[in-house]
Amino acid sequence: MNDMTPIATTLKDWETDQEVRWCPGCGDYAILKAVQRTLPQIGADPKNTVFVSGIGCSSRFPYYVESYGFHTIHGRAPAFATGIKLANPELDVWLVTGDGDGMSIGGNHTMHVLRRNLNCQIMLFNNEIYGLTKGQYSPTSRLGTPSPSTPLGSVDRPASPCAFALGSGARFVARGYDVSKELPSVLKAAYEHQGAAFIEIFQNCIVYNKDRFDDFTAKAVADEMQLWCTDGQPLLFAKGAKGLALDTATLTLKVVDVVDGDWQAAGVAVHNVKNRGLAHMLVEMPFGAFPMALGVIYDDPRPTFESVVAEERRKASANKDADLGKLLAKGQTWTVEETATHGLMD
Amino acid sequence: MATLSAEKATTAQPEATSPEAVVVRFAGDSGDGMQLTGGQFTLSTALAGNDLATFPDFPAEIRAPQGTLFGVSAFQINFGSSEITTAGDAPDVLVAMNPAALKTNVQALKPGGLVIADTGEFNKRNLEKAKYETSPLEDGSLSKWDVLAFDISALTLESVKAFGLGNKEALRCKNMWTLGLALWMFDRDRAPLIDWLRGKFAKNPVLADANIAALNAGHAYGETAELAGPLRKLHVDPVPAEPGLYRTITGAEAVSLGLVAGARLAGLPMFFGGYPITPASAILHNLVKMKEFGVTTFQAEDEIAAICSAIGASYAGQLGVTSSSGPGIALKGEAMGLAIMTELPLVIVNSQRGGPSTGLPTKTEQSDLYQAVYGRNGDAPLPVIAARSPADAFECAIEACRIATQFMTPVILLTDGYIGNAAEPWKVPDPATFAPFPVSFLEAGNNGEGPVLPFKRDDRGVRPWIKPGTPGLMHRIGGIEKGIDTGAIDYSPDVHQSQTEARKAKVDAVALAVPAQEVSLGDVSGKLAVIGWGSTFGPIHQAVRRARRKGLDVSHIHVRHVWPLPRNLGDLLKSYDRVLVPEMNTGQFKTVLRDQFLVDARPLNKVSGQPFTIAEIEAAIEDMLA
Repeated sequence: MNDMTPIATTLKDWETDQEVRWCPGCGDYAILKAVQRTLPQIGADPKNTVFVSGIGCSSRFPYYVESYGFHTIHGRAPAFATGIKLANPELDVWLVTGDGDGMSIGGNHTMHVLRRNLNCQIMLFNNEIYGLTKGQYSPTSRLGTPSPSTPLGSVDRPASPCAFALGSGARFVARGYDVSKELPSVLKAAYEHQGAAFIEIFQNCIVYNKDRFDDFTAKAVADEMQLWCTDGQPLLFAKGAKGLALDTATLTLKVVDVVDGDWQAAGVAVHNVKNRGLAHMLVEMPFGAFPMALGVIYDDPRPTFESVVAEERRKASANKDADLGKLLAKGQTWTVEETATHGLMD
Repeated sequence: MATLSAEKATTAQPEATSPEAVVVRFAGDSGDGMQLTGGQFTLSTALAGNDLATFPDFPAEIRAPQGTLFGVSAFQINFGSSEITTAGDAPDVLVAMNPAALKTNVQALKPGGLVIADTGEFNKRNLEKAKYETSPLEDGSLSKWDVLAFDISALTLESVKAFGLGNKEALRCKNMWTLGLALWMFDRDRAPLIDWLRGKFAKNPVLADANIAALNAGHAYGETAELAGPLRKLHVDPVPAEPGLYRTITGAEAVSLGLVAGARLAGLPMFFGGYPITPASAILHNLVKMKEFGVTTFQAEDEIAAICSAIGASYAGQLGVTSSSGPGIALKGEAMGLAIMTELPLVIVNSQRGGPSTGLPTKTEQSDLYQAVYGRNGDAPLPVIAARSPADAFECAIEACRIATQFMTPVILLTDGYIGNAAEPWKVPDPATFAPFPVSFLEAGNNGEGPVLPFKRDDRGVRPWIKPGTPGLMHRIGGIEKGIDTGAIDYSPDVHQSQTEARKAKVDAVALAVPAQEVSLGDVSGKLAVIGWGSTFGPIHQAVRRARRKGLDVSHIHVRHVWPLPRNLGDLLKSYDRVLVPEMNTGQFKTVLRDQFLVDARPLNKVSGQPFTIAEIEAAIEDMLA
């Protein structure tokens, strides 16, 4: 977020005249709406907002937001964003990437944009599949995923985007999913975080990986399998009937039953967004035995890359004369006189 | 102390001769400080008013195993009292710090040339490493040359004894001892080097004193040792140069300064995204020290991120620049296509090296011409400029900035390892004489009340540059084919046909905005044109000059604008009976010329990692005219 006067806009102001070309029922529609709903809430200014994407279904996103937008090349959006933000730190930069774009071909750039802490929002749409290339398994696909390139089921284990982000030095890690009504509040928190804010958004690919996330997003299981993290609040789920506690013997989290709402008696841990160790445990919990941790899991700002670069440039330039003539004549020079004799200048 | 070889071809030069030009090569272990010695000798040569050209030649390994043949590092300088455009063919003097340096370099020495060798290093172990069965200093195998062999190691140790250095540190002063001797031989002033040593070792005055003592001892050795024979003073007269302020400049420095000047002439801050690679890193190292000129440097995580960040900066309204060498340029290819497709300004500097793949990281070659002109997917034209010398690289960098910003296109600037590392005297230009080319950003809509048209072309086919942050001009760009004017996704058949043609026409039109091709030396028609590009300028120029002195009808044409080619070049080439194209590749420019003009261009190719010698090109000219 930048220090700018909030601009009054409505959802409509953020819609373009472009025909949206995602498959009917794609989770991307819901994410687009959530973003267009969030932007007026945070007072974003269309002229100072830039959406940057790579390649993939999700990367068509910039065409559908009435702001500046750059649809770049596969996996490289973080590098473009870095140049944009260093050139003009006043711009509000949103990255749109996917599990293939951001974790596979562009994994290197994802790591470095997080490590450097460029002030931007990184939305990684995770549908656990390559959609635009017709359904191959992706680096986040679960073991055994059958696909055109893995007809017998995938044999390599999936990467965990949030664990990768924390390992890369991210200072903000959050999770949401496409149709969640909480998604705008997660995006808002990401926007308010100064620095690289990483948001993994589980997204339903209606064609190639339909209902993949039903095991925690379906209405019937949502309460039981979703744990929404709120800073300063106990880590409760199942309508408060269960919680997460620290197993001091193994230094891992464990699920405990909460009787009569007395979560303290059950030893339920209180969420602290600045606790990096807890964040690691929350994103690494094996799903099934544990619920899916959602919401703002980690949020502990550090100076942003562009501010440090600007400060370094300011210090290095202080009291220095930007005289091109002097620059060209630097070093040891000599003068050739009209008479073709010569002398040492300096 | 001095042991002169018994039999040698005496050159019988008189005392303090004044040759027109002298070529000296310093060769030693990569840890011996040969590049430093050469660099300082270059500076003293420039200060003495000689014109000069240098050729640093070093191994890819930072510290190759001591004494080995592949660990030899050499630095050649050609200096003289008339115009010097090459590093010289064969050295007159070879300073060999060990047997391996002698073995790998002596064959290049002119017959009758002088070898100065350090006997302290010609021990059994080093001779074995250099694969000598007997010492060449004693077995008569060097009889073609004058040999001056004495124990430089022992003399150096003696000269720095007073400073209490360890043996290893003391021997590190050998290069300064040798430099002192060379300064005496060529009648050079020691004062600037003493100043330089004091500055370099400001934090360690003992080392400064020791190095200065070694330098003085080497000089005194020449002055006082009773030496007969080959060691004699040579005085090279200053070249009559155009009056003005001069400095020495390497190609990497010239590119850096040219980019800074170019960005200023465009009225833009500069963003430089780079990734370490030999021999291009020097540009990043230079620019990082120029922050006060509005330069932001970014060492990216890889070559791709380096160019993508630069494109991002151009999109945001700065002048994006990236730089690399062949392998890194290959990685940048896809992003170049995006810059072509989105029509954003960008300067890409390729300091070429020997290829393919990792190839010859520290050796020079011109084999990335196809890569520059054709090396992208799709029909993806962009202008290509080639610098011909270190000093020329300054103007070329400005030209690249001009074309990139005026035509909204990426531009490739080709230099090579030779240009990048070599130094030459440079008459410092006055910035007031540079013609500015300020850019203007679109500030208001170009479509009445309708949405902005980011790809509406002007009469030169150039689209407007629109910075994010500009009110009311929000729009989207990307790598997918786009509709005429609107930039909205549209890959219908007619649109792609039309946009492909428009991108080509825009780049073709650059030829109208650059000077017509001139003839560097000779006539505008005749029996033979020798046409080159890039760092072959020196040897071609000298070879043509020599051939013309012999009365041969030959002219030299040197092309800066490799793509699009100058508009008159085809007609010019057709006005000669024959065309010869010397290149440090297997004939890439030759193919381009044949394709563009249907001329019978004949190749002369060299891919040994070493520049052409004048003699090689001269022989080819004589063959063509025989």
